[in-house]
Amino acid sequence: MDNKPQIVGRSIPRVDGVAKVTGAAKFAIDLSVPGMVFGAVVRSERAHAEIIDIDTRSAEQSPGVVRIITGRDLDNVVPYFGHIVLDHPILAIERTLYYGEPIALVIARSQQAATHAASQVEVEYRELPYVTDALEALKDDAPILHPQRGEVVRDLGFDAGEEGGSGNICSLASLDWGNVDSGFAAADLVIEGEFRYPMLYGYAMEPYNALAVSGEDGLTVYTTTQHPYMVRKDLARILSLPFAKVRVVVPYVGGGYGTKSYSKIEPLAAVAAQLTGLPVKVVLGVEESIHTTRSDSAIVRARSGYTAQGLLVARAFEIVLNSGAYTDNSPQVGQKAVNTCFGPYRTPALSVRMRSVFTNTVPASSLRGFGTPQGTFAGELQMDEAAERLGIDPVELRKRNLVGPGEEVIPGKRALEANLPEDLELLSKSVDWPDPGEGRASGLGLSASDSGAYPSSTALVRIHADGSASALVGATEMGQGSRTVLAQIAAQELALPMELVTIVSSDTGIGPFEQTTGASRTTTVVGRSLQAACQDARRQLRALAAEVHEVAVESVQDAPGGVLVDGTWRSFAEVIQGWFGAGGEVIGTGAIRRSGDFAETPVFWEIGAAGVIVSVDRDTGEVSVEKLATIGDVGFAINPAMVHGQDAGAALMGLGAALHEELVYEGEMLTNPNLVDYRVPRFEDLPREMDQMLVERQDGVGPYGSKGAGEGGGNAIGAAIASAIARLLGVRPRELPLTSERVWRLLQDGRIPREADDDLS
Amino acid sequence: MSARKISFVLNRRPQETEIDDSVLLLDFLRDRGLTGAKPSCEMEVCGSCTILIDGLPFSACTTLAVEVEGRTVETIEGVARNGELHPIQEAFVERFAMQCGFCTPGMVLTAKALLESNPDPSRDDILHWMEGNICRCTGYESIVEAILSAAAKAGTGDG
Ligand code: FES
Ligand code: FES
Repeated sequence: MDNKPQIVGRSIPRVDGVAKVTGAAKFAIDLSVPGMVFGAVVRSERAHAEIIDIDTRSAEQSPGVVRIITGRDLDNVVPYFGHIVLDHPILAIERTLYYGEPIALVIARSQQAATHAASQVEVEYRELPYVTDALEALKDDAPILHPQRGEVVRDLGFDAGEEGGSGNICSLASLDWGNVDSGFAAADLVIEGEFRYPMLYGYAMEPYNALAVSGEDGLTVYTTTQHPYMVRKDLARILSLPFAKVRVVVPYVGGGYGTKSYSKIEPLAAVAAQLTGLPVKVVLGVEESIHTTRSDSAIVRARSGYTAQGLLVARAFEIVLNSGAYTDNSPQVGQKAVNTCFGPYRTPALSVRMRSVFTNTVPASSLRGFGTPQGTFAGELQMDEAAERLGIDPVELRKRNLVGPGEEVIPGKRALEANLPEDLELLSKSVDWPDPGEGRASGLGLSASDSGAYPSSTALVRIHADGSASALVGATEMGQGSRTVLAQIAAQELALPMELVTIVSSDTGIGPFEQTTGASRTTTVVGRSLQAACQDARRQLRALAAEVHEVAVESVQDAPGGVLVDGTWRSFAEVIQGWFGAGGEVIGTGAIRRSGDFAETPVFWEIGAAGVIVSVDRDTGEVSVEKLATIGDVGFAINPAMVHGQDAGAALMGLGAALHEELVYEGEMLTNPNLVDYRVPRFEDLPREMDQMLVERQDGVGPYGSKGAGEGGGNAIGAAIASAIARLLGVRPRELPLTSERVWRLLQDGRIPREADDDLS
Repeated sequence: MSARKISFVLNRRPQETEIDDSVLLLDFLRDRGLTGAKPSCEMEVCGSCTILIDGLPFSACTTLAVEVEGRTVETIEGVARNGELHPIQEAFVERFAMQCGFCTPGMVLTAKALLESNPDPSRDDILHWMEGNICRCTGYESIVEAILSAAAKAGTGDG
């Protein structure tokens, strides 16, 4: 009997649905252990300064205080963390590099006592010149943030350019082919422009928090992270512990979107637990979370050359990222911006240069699509501009240039699986192209991003003596639905009902290794390692059945929930109990590494395809999104409703960045580090109509031809909105977010801000 | 700081307790293991800490525990009865109206209060009523659908 798809491909209710609607689902923030104490962080009130003195005397006398930790207490640990460069101090050491940086941790018997005492810690600074703007930071006379560079510790498998080395350059990346100069010289039209993508706060609703417990078995940390194994690596290094003595446990995660990739507050909680010998819980507020991680803002200078027929001849991009005070993940964000800015178009000659720049601002890291929305905004708007100037329909111009299925997007990388011309056709139909003269206009954007991260994954499946199964994975459930999708895959492979399958995830003390939960990889990569584990378990079960029934293994076949021995069905339970005599279990293992189907990178090309219809209130500049269309080009939807959920969520998050969201620095500090001033989308921002299309061509390397989702919906939406507004107003925006104020100004000026001297040559 | 004795009803059970004047209702509930109400913005913007007081949604992050004296408080833990989901909870599960689930307790309670005061809300009524609850995951559409479907099911009796 073979495994005809029946559990996969169906919108089976989420396995965590009931726990989540009843309040039973526990998040890290909900956990407590007996005897636990609480940490409150003292934060820098300067953007750049030497720390002359930290006076903790009066705070120490405050009721309930257990201990106060500063950078001076980190002598016996490795005081830095970072997965690419070891430059992020657990607490500022001698110098502070941004306003809001952790300087001390006050540990007390209650949260109130800790918070109260933290306000009594006095820090004496000697101010240094600071720089918060990336272009300023590149100037010769700019203050240098890192005169000495941190040690490079990057994992193999990080596709992340090279370290910068000099000045304030955090990292560099480039991509080149063809002869750009002769390309531009031969072009009939060359357009230029400078595009700005804002600094964003991901606002995962569960703020950063961690509970660290140090005991005879080593360290256990319960935390709201996406990548428990990356956190384990940081903590093991900091405390000089073997991996086996560091257990990172991730319960339900209240939103990730990339913002909970890599270590955040875990190192501080871990060191505090080690130094006090007590369980320490550190919970940050939203304002503190904003001062922990934000996304890289980008300035993209773009130049594109076309023939009169609208064919691309050459493109050149210069990308500058404002990456904040420490390296974190900006090198990967920059590399991804480089790989995606020119879009999935045949580009005969290309030159891309990226500089990620240190500034005295909150450290930047991943956020949904990391790098792709920034680059795509520039690249797609130029496709639109070219279409208009050449008098070619924008969909037609894109079609003439799109990379077809099976063609390379980047030489030497995996060829594109998707059929973008078909996707574009669907999207174009959905947005309907109303006449801008009547007050509504459409816009769309496309992107293909190199997703899946590094393919390194392991999975275990335990078939218990009663025939039920537990699958152990290192993938984190952060809302995307991995537990449900993986349970569907295991149930499908073992042909068991969903009720008999449980997923155990993200516990480095129990479960198997997973590189990350990011870059939309889980269904594709973990799905395949779990499939392999199920097949391994099946193989073992056939062998056991053959032994028990004394037949050749060839006469045993797989069957739903069991095996067929010479045509007779025997349940998993019967086989296992028969072989062991009593109890027992079968453990299947699966592993994915960079070979076979996964030899080529990227693991898959994640398609971003979004279109909108907008209208604008000409008195206020307020933009209304009347329709939002997305395409989930996912190969095969293991759970279609959850793919829609990913696309809708990513699209609305992208809409927030397009219309409202931006962290703003004024002087040395943020002007809007809270949810009143930093406005995220709410119910009333929901577009009047949503059209979520699903495209299934079974062209991915994931199980049943699937490939990832989750970021695509948001990658292209900034470009789609700006394109629609340009069509509607006759002025071309080049900066997000398109707040009412900005749109109103565009209307008043009646011209494109930062207009470059571009002309038909 | 001074303590006060208060009596109120919590998830259908009368309570009498001594409580400090300055303790927030959110901390009071969470310290008793009722962790369904979640802290997030802590400034009455996001709705993740929503509880119902006398049937109406409030932010527990900006309510003092002593303010519930003599009133009826319902948290997410009190919505399902004897293991039976409330229709609005069922609709959330059926319509995939949650992802990470962090906002979900607040969403369910606010939606429950809506349907109790307006059993047949329009789409715009829903958008307006739910405006104080943020969800960063779902994009809202599935939540709107869940509320509409719960209302439709409840309304099938009177056509
Ligand atoms: S935490 Fe109370 S409204 Fe946000
Ligand atoms: S489900 Fe994650 S915030 Fe709403």
